[in-house]
Amino acid sequence: MPAVTKKNKKTSSNSNGVPKLKFNSGWEYAPAPESKSHIKLKDRYDLFINGKFVKPSSGKYFETINPATEEKIAEIAEANAADVDKAVKAARNAYERVWKKMPATERAKYVFRISRMIQERAREFAVIESIDGGKTIRESRDVDIPLAANHFFYYAGWADKLEYAFPGRVPSSLGVAGQIIPWNFPLLMAAWKIAPALATGNTVVLKPAETTPLTALKLAEIIQESGLPEGVVNIITGFGETGADIVNHPDIDKIAFTGSTEVGKIIQKAVAGSNKKITLELGGKAANIIFDDAPLDQAVEGVINGIYFNQGHVCCAGSRLFVQESVYNIVLRKLKDRIETLIVGDPLDKNTDIGAINSKTQLETINKYISIGKKEGAEMYQSSCPIPGKGFFCRPTLFTNVAQSNRVAQEEIFGPVLAIQTFRTDEEVIEKANNTPYGLSAGVWTDKGSKIFNLTTKMRAGVVWANTYNKFDPTSPFGGYKESGFGREGGLHGLSGYLKV
Amino acid sequence: MPAVKERIIVPDFRSSPRVDQAGIEERASRFTKRSIKKESKVEGLKLVLSMIDLTTLEGKDTPGKVKQLCYKAKHLLDTYEGLPTVAAVCVYPSMVRVAKKSLGDSDIKIASVATAFPSGQAAMKVKIEDTRFAVGEGADEVDMVISRGKFLAGEYNFVFDEIAAIKEACGEARLKVILETGELSTFDKVRRASDIAMHAGADFIKTSTGKVQPAATIPVTLVMLEAIRDYYYSTGKMIGMKPAGGISKSKLALHYLVMLNEVLGEDWMNNHWFRFGASSLANDVLMQLVKEKTGVYQSGDYFAID
Amino acid sequence: MSKTVEKKSKLSISENGLEKPGPNKRLEVLKTYKIYIGGQFPRTESGRYYIATNNKGEQLANICLSSRKDFRDAVVAARNAFKGWSARAAFNRGQILYRIAEMLEGRKAQFVEELIKQDSSRSQAQKEITLSIDRLVYYAGWCDKYQQIFGTVNPVASSHFNFSVPEPTGVVAAIASRENSLVGLVSAIAPIIAGGNTCILLASETKPLCAIGFAEVINSSDVPGGVVNILTGKPSELFSQFASHMDVNAVAYCGNDELIQKEMQQKAAGNVKRVLIYKDVNWLSEKGQSPYYILDLQEIKTTWHPIENIGGGSGGY
Repeated sequence: MPAVTKKNKKTSSNSNGVPKLKFNSGWEYAPAPESKSHIKLKDRYDLFINGKFVKPSSGKYFETINPATEEKIAEIAEANAADVDKAVKAARNAYERVWKKMPATERAKYVFRISRMIQERAREFAVIESIDGGKTIRESRDVDIPLAANHFFYYAGWADKLEYAFPGRVPSSLGVAGQIIPWNFPLLMAAWKIAPALATGNTVVLKPAETTPLTALKLAEIIQESGLPEGVVNIITGFGETGADIVNHPDIDKIAFTGSTEVGKIIQKAVAGSNKKITLELGGKAANIIFDDAPLDQAVEGVINGIYFNQGHVCCAGSRLFVQESVYNIVLRKLKDRIETLIVGDPLDKNTDIGAINSKTQLETINKYISIGKKEGAEMYQSSCPIPGKGFFCRPTLFTNVAQSNRVAQEEIFGPVLAIQTFRTDEEVIEKANNTPYGLSAGVWTDKGSKIFNLTTKMRAGVVWANTYNKFDPTSPFGGYKESGFGREGGLHGLSGYLKV
Repeated sequence: MPAVKERIIVPDFRSSPRVDQAGIEERASRFTKRSIKKESKVEGLKLVLSMIDLTTLEGKDTPGKVKQLCYKAKHLLDTYEGLPTVAAVCVYPSMVRVAKKSLGDSDIKIASVATAFPSGQAAMKVKIEDTRFAVGEGADEVDMVISRGKFLAGEYNFVFDEIAAIKEACGEARLKVILETGELSTFDKVRRASDIAMHAGADFIKTSTGKVQPAATIPVTLVMLEAIRDYYYSTGKMIGMKPAGGISKSKLALHYLVMLNEVLGEDWMNNHWFRFGASSLANDVLMQLVKEKTGVYQSGDYFAID
Repeated sequence: MSKTVEKKSKLSISENGLEKPGPNKRLEVLKTYKIYIGGQFPRTESGRYYIATNNKGEQLANICLSSRKDFRDAVVAARNAFKGWSARAAFNRGQILYRIAEMLEGRKAQFVEELIKQDSSRSQAQKEITLSIDRLVYYAGWCDKYQQIFGTVNPVASSHFNFSVPEPTGVVAAIASRENSLVGLVSAIAPIIAGGNTCILLASETKPLCAIGFAEVINSSDVPGGVVNILTGKPSELFSQFASHMDVNAVAYCGNDELIQKEMQQKAAGNVKRVLIYKDVNWLSEKGQSPYYILDLQEIKTTWHPIENIGGGSGGY
């Protein structure tokens, strides 16, 4: 028997003449769709104000579609300034008359209830999240929904323990919080906003993103069922103008925003001179650094996690890869082999690794950056996997031959596109990693403990992952340096944004 | 044949590539989340069947037991058309002759354990003689054990030499090298042992004897598959993989196939390069195949034990 | 020579305060009060019992009089369970404590009746049970937060990453307060297991009924067997065992007897046990719950790791 048995198809060889491994041929996985039959979705959703679903003043509705099929899922109410005013009044009323006066232990129990109810309906939420946003069912089911439920559970426990979190102080709530969240982790972002606000005794007016309103509206149904007093949480849907109406409303005490740096700056300007407290969680262009003494296969897996899962729609995505030159060829080979096994397709198929891009505009943005990258002289490589004919999809892409000054290495793409650079020394990579106006996250891969801590102390980023990536937990504070925003969400530090300490 | 340098490069085994356990386990768990259904499931199950080394390695084995095992190997489920046979039967050297007679001229290979299986605690000449005997009796494949004590004491050259010596004693037979991963304790050590075995001449690397817990697991098999992949890319040579022990359910076996598919790719997806060391797995696979055909969950009562 | 005489109960009312059944009334199946060890409900190996009574002198039930051998078995169960329980994610422990609250809430009525039998008024009983449930929720919330309050990152002068974390001390033997049947038990158990320890509790000698009901609640709450073990019996017989057992890491006494306190502290010295004395604590008040009860049963571990300093600027935490 010859040592190498191969049917020579059009497989290219490696640099030392060894034929590449063959993925994407041979055994194929049959479709394994998650069942949709048990979920309950209405055809039309109204605004959730003061404990009830009410029609929008303008009578206008917009559509939310499934980005994998481009089909309409439901009609969503469009809130205008009058609706925002109604919501804020309801929140103010609830705060002054009920929520502020309620003993903290009782407040906690409402939030515990919400957490448990999300757990009970976890699968329904996961399916709706995938249909509405394009995120794979595996991510919704295993990451988004459990983290969201856990976030409520964690903060519920803080409600009657605040004096321990701030030694020497007796903190008090702020009042009404206006919260605007993005489309990349719809339910999770709602949890990150609502849970700490309620636990610390505030009431909420929340606007979900216009392309992903459904899980927030289903959350409104749970909130109704939990018996939470009317007006404590209000969920109003709309576009950017609705968000601006919230930011500009005079009777709001606190604004919390997660989204692009561009809009974050607009909001920061808009609240200048008012007494509104503000926290911002904005964009990023994180450096993921592989040293030559890293466990390479696991580092590659971490890089893949960092940029391709959730379709790269992650503010803390590891979109800039720095590889120490001595291991560059091996890492690149491993990366390319690994991308070949990623499956792009129907988000509801349990085997899909990379789902649909959230919207047509986002896909256009990503494609724009891909052509910019090519024009700038970087070398593009994409996996050869098939993608569906309909819907918004993008293959996992990487650019090599990238310089620090390329636009693809500087600007946030928010898609499955990785820019790869090499480095030689520790000083060089530290400098390059920090050489960005962003500062949300960073990743370090090395087996040497003291080197890990050298890097982690020097990264100018709010979250540093060592030998892992994209890990989240309700107890772990998350937030940025520099233009990635200020304020922290999660953990003990996540409380101060909603309190007068 | 691809152009591969003939110069033999033996690395310093004291500095083998690092393996991060948490990272391995994360990747391993992704394989278990793949959902294999319908045609791909049936295709996968048949492939699993064809990759089984049907095994009996007990102190109380008799010629009668081995004859029954061989019959079962040839007649997995006569009522189901189009089933493959298993890849091999795996027995002690003293039973190889019986197996050879029972299997006749079927395609099923005879694998024999050797080298003072399972402990490997014997003098070198005893182990070589054990191997020669098994091959002489008709074994097509030899499953050897490495000296774990020597390995853990850091005597990597000793382990390299013993594998090379057994490979020589095998002659035409293919050599599978059992690392006994359950005794090696860390993934770094498993990687190191895998590299030693491949450089020393193994045709297959194998996780376990099945006599020690833990036996094969998905994470440890992933470490070994990654070692095989790196070896392939630096030498052009393919090495086979055999996880053994603890795989008795079809669902688990399919997860192993997913892992193989996504780490090494199409060329390894056949029984020349991948085996399952198992005994009760075959019946579970047969039950699943019948369930896929009839749509009805099966009972063990309907499938002959041997 | 014994004659077969039809035995008539000598009591003026029958056991457990039930009315004597009339000709058409359904006879209730009476509860047997056993102890709770390793997730099972065995009887005491000594076979002994005592009769629980209330202030009116009514006999309530036959209660197991636990022996030192029961305690020994309970310690073995608690030790076996410790490894798994302390390794659980803090969040998981929180979810389990919350589940205990869910189960207790569902059984409120049963506990109210038992408390009334043991001399509570109805309103006192309701207050005690709701306080116990809320207290469990309180500690469920602490499971993944006390580490953030009591753990620290220490800014040492040398180039090292240095951090201190609380870790559970191990197996805790505790004697619950005498005066409260339920809230004393819950107030003792919750902080112990929230902190990742396992425990053996000796229930109130005079008001033992709720102890076994609570064991049943725990048993139906995803709490692994052996994490909580509950014995009934006399502190005077057992406190010395609690304090001297060499495989117990900490002992807690909720009571005011100074002689017991002194002797426990002396015996505990045998293996340098941590001794917690909680006297004059009104478990029915706010003072009955605090994260410091969790901290009492934690060890503090400090770890050092060097930090390379390459790339300019100062490195350090």
